[in-house]
Amino acid sequence: MSQFLGWIATLPAWLQIILVIAAFLAVIGLLLFFIEIAPRTGRRYTAVRLAVCVLVPLIAMLILGSVIWAALIAAVLGGLFFLLDYRSRQGAGYLFQLVGFLAPAVILLAIGLIYPTIGTTIQAFQDNRSRNFVGLDNFIWIFTQPYGIRVVVNTIVWVLIVPTLSTIFGLAYAAFIDKSRGEKIFKALVFMPMAISFVGASIIWKFVYDAKPVGQEQIGLLNQIVVWFGGEPVYWLQNSPWNTFFLIVVLIWIQTGFAMVILSAAIKGVPAEQLEAAELDGTNAWQRFMNVTVPGIRSSLIVVLTTISIASLKVFDIVRTMTAGTNETSVIANEMYTQWKGFETGRSAAFAVVLFLLVMPIIIYNARQIKKQREIR
Amino acid sequence: MSAVTPIDLPIDRSTEKQLARGEAKIEGSTAARRTKRRLTSRSATIAALIIAILWTTPTLGLLISSLRPAKEVATTGWWTIFSNWGFTFDNYVQVLAAGNTQLTMSEAFLNSIAITLPATVIPLVIASLAAYAFAWIDFKGKDWVFIGVFALQIVPLQMALVPLLSLFSRGITIGGVQLFSGLNQGTSYSQVWIAHTIFALPLAIFLLHNFVSEIPRELIEAARVDGAGHGQIFFRIILPLTMPAIAAFGIFQFLWVWNDLLVALVFADGTVAPITKLLAEVTGKYGQEWHLLTAGAFIAIVIPLVVFFALQRYFVRGLLAGSTKG
Repeated sequence: MSQFLGWIATLPAWLQIILVIAAFLAVIGLLLFFIEIAPRTGRRYTAVRLAVCVLVPLIAMLILGSVIWAALIAAVLGGLFFLLDYRSRQGAGYLFQLVGFLAPAVILLAIGLIYPTIGTTIQAFQDNRSRNFVGLDNFIWIFTQPYGIRVVVNTIVWVLIVPTLSTIFGLAYAAFIDKSRGEKIFKALVFMPMAISFVGASIIWKFVYDAKPVGQEQIGLLNQIVVWFGGEPVYWLQNSPWNTFFLIVVLIWIQTGFAMVILSAAIKGVPAEQLEAAELDGTNAWQRFMNVTVPGIRSSLIVVLTTISIASLKVFDIVRTMTAGTNETSVIANEMYTQWKGFETGRSAAFAVVLFLLVMPIIIYNARQIKKQREIR
Repeated sequence: MSAVTPIDLPIDRSTEKQLARGEAKIEGSTAARRTKRRLTSRSATIAALIIAILWTTPTLGLLISSLRPAKEVATTGWWTIFSNWGFTFDNYVQVLAAGNTQLTMSEAFLNSIAITLPATVIPLVIASLAAYAFAWIDFKGKDWVFIGVFALQIVPLQMALVPLLSLFSRGITIGGVQLFSGLNQGTSYSQVWIAHTIFALPLAIFLLHNFVSEIPRELIEAARVDGAGHGQIFFRIILPLTMPAIAAFGIFQFLWVWNDLLVALVFADGTVAPITKLLAEVTGKYGQEWHLLTAGAFIAIVIPLVVFFALQRYFVRGLLAGSTKG
């Protein structure tokens, strides 16, 4: 495979796209063909199954570049799998089909997520060469340095502010435009930032925050507004701690659209009868909204809040592009990358583990909340 | 990674129904909606208008600036476009040829396409295979394996990046035996394709499973009676029927990969870097050359914007995909 991929890499990009997709689809087509004929009985099909079971692992190991006897062991294991499949209680070929469907995904997940996650967890307790275990030193380093504490605090600030404000803006906007004329256009305008990459959004906002010295004409919109009101231009991204808030604005700008779309669907799902009943009781629009609509969409609100919380915990691109973590704006995901680039693999892994530990309670809270609601009903 | 995330968390039945009802109303005919009494007041409309303007202005500023002459961009604000009139495509011509020592913006744009297309198709196919097995083949411990796959979603990308990179570059050696020799080319797309494929799988399997399991059992049993095996059922029934779901997730995957920076920083170095990476790099280098930065940024966001406006319907549907099935 190395050779194949190496050869492909020498071709023009567009040819690579076609070739890789075609080769991949051909392999999948072949796989589906073998799955299709697997359960058929008769000596011919049994022989085909045996050949596939033995040859596929053998060839796979060889093209992955392993030594010959490792490949032979794989082939023998394939043969054993054939026997297991042959004697399967659900009939020969059953296991073969199952493995055919699941193996690509399971193998990729094992090598690409499970193995690396374990690897990172171990690295977090090792020194920067990944040779000696150093216990909790990396974590102690994070939580005793003023800089490391700052990084964690910044991340927590992101998680507290972004979901709250995005949800409030999204909810308000969804309620304002509900059933109004041109609702679709209104939606598209606020939703549009979601299609823009974080990098693109960062440049857009960096331009808004741009500052020129006093006396020169401003080209950043925000400073121009300040100047119009008689103030002096501010270097928004340099003064800690407020610069973090100006970075946070970018993510709010992006996530409000997400909150708005989900909550808009939820608001429309609130039964009209409930609202009408409340109206007959003489409530005003605000009371109806707070006492009927909001409780009615409670679980959608939780979903939106948790989803945005997780996104803000992992925020990386915005910080990387706008400040690269300078002027005390760094967050965990950015620091994880910075430490890794600085060959501090242990500390980098420790930051990744801290991030993982911070994501977990949000998911657990969400799962429990939903379980609770299921019990009530 | 981009901002778009479909609801990927478990949702209870009633919320599911509520969102489905709302979605049906969104997609319902506009004529039916007009007859309804308007509930919004004038002040609400004005507030909505203000938010909409606030949200659109920054992007508008970027677009206008990217079309103004360099001298004007550097000295006057884009909102003075009418008093300092000027219009040019020079910035685009210039920025497409600019870049770092290894590649230009136009090459990076091509790289983005070359990375994104395979990294969208491959995970979708693999995930739909797995989703079918989880939905329609019975085996021991199926629920546990499925929960395991679902749980992998909460693992942040950051946990997996570094060991995966060393796996790609050094391979696996167990007890001196090389099981996998590594991909050992720094300048091919293969690393970043595989990385994106893997990182997309948990969510893709979970969402597609929701759709695949909703297909009526009778349909599949009828096919089985007619002599179709799992291969044919998958190819002839499952694939065509779940195409809308696959398309919706495909849009997301496309945008994620196109907008991603983190995976590209780690896995796509040198001449295969996508446009997001190059753009993030030149933001520091070009610091104050806003005519180049704005044009570059617009080139990077134009494809996602086109995809978004053309497929907005599917986009919204896909966003609700985790909650409203079928």
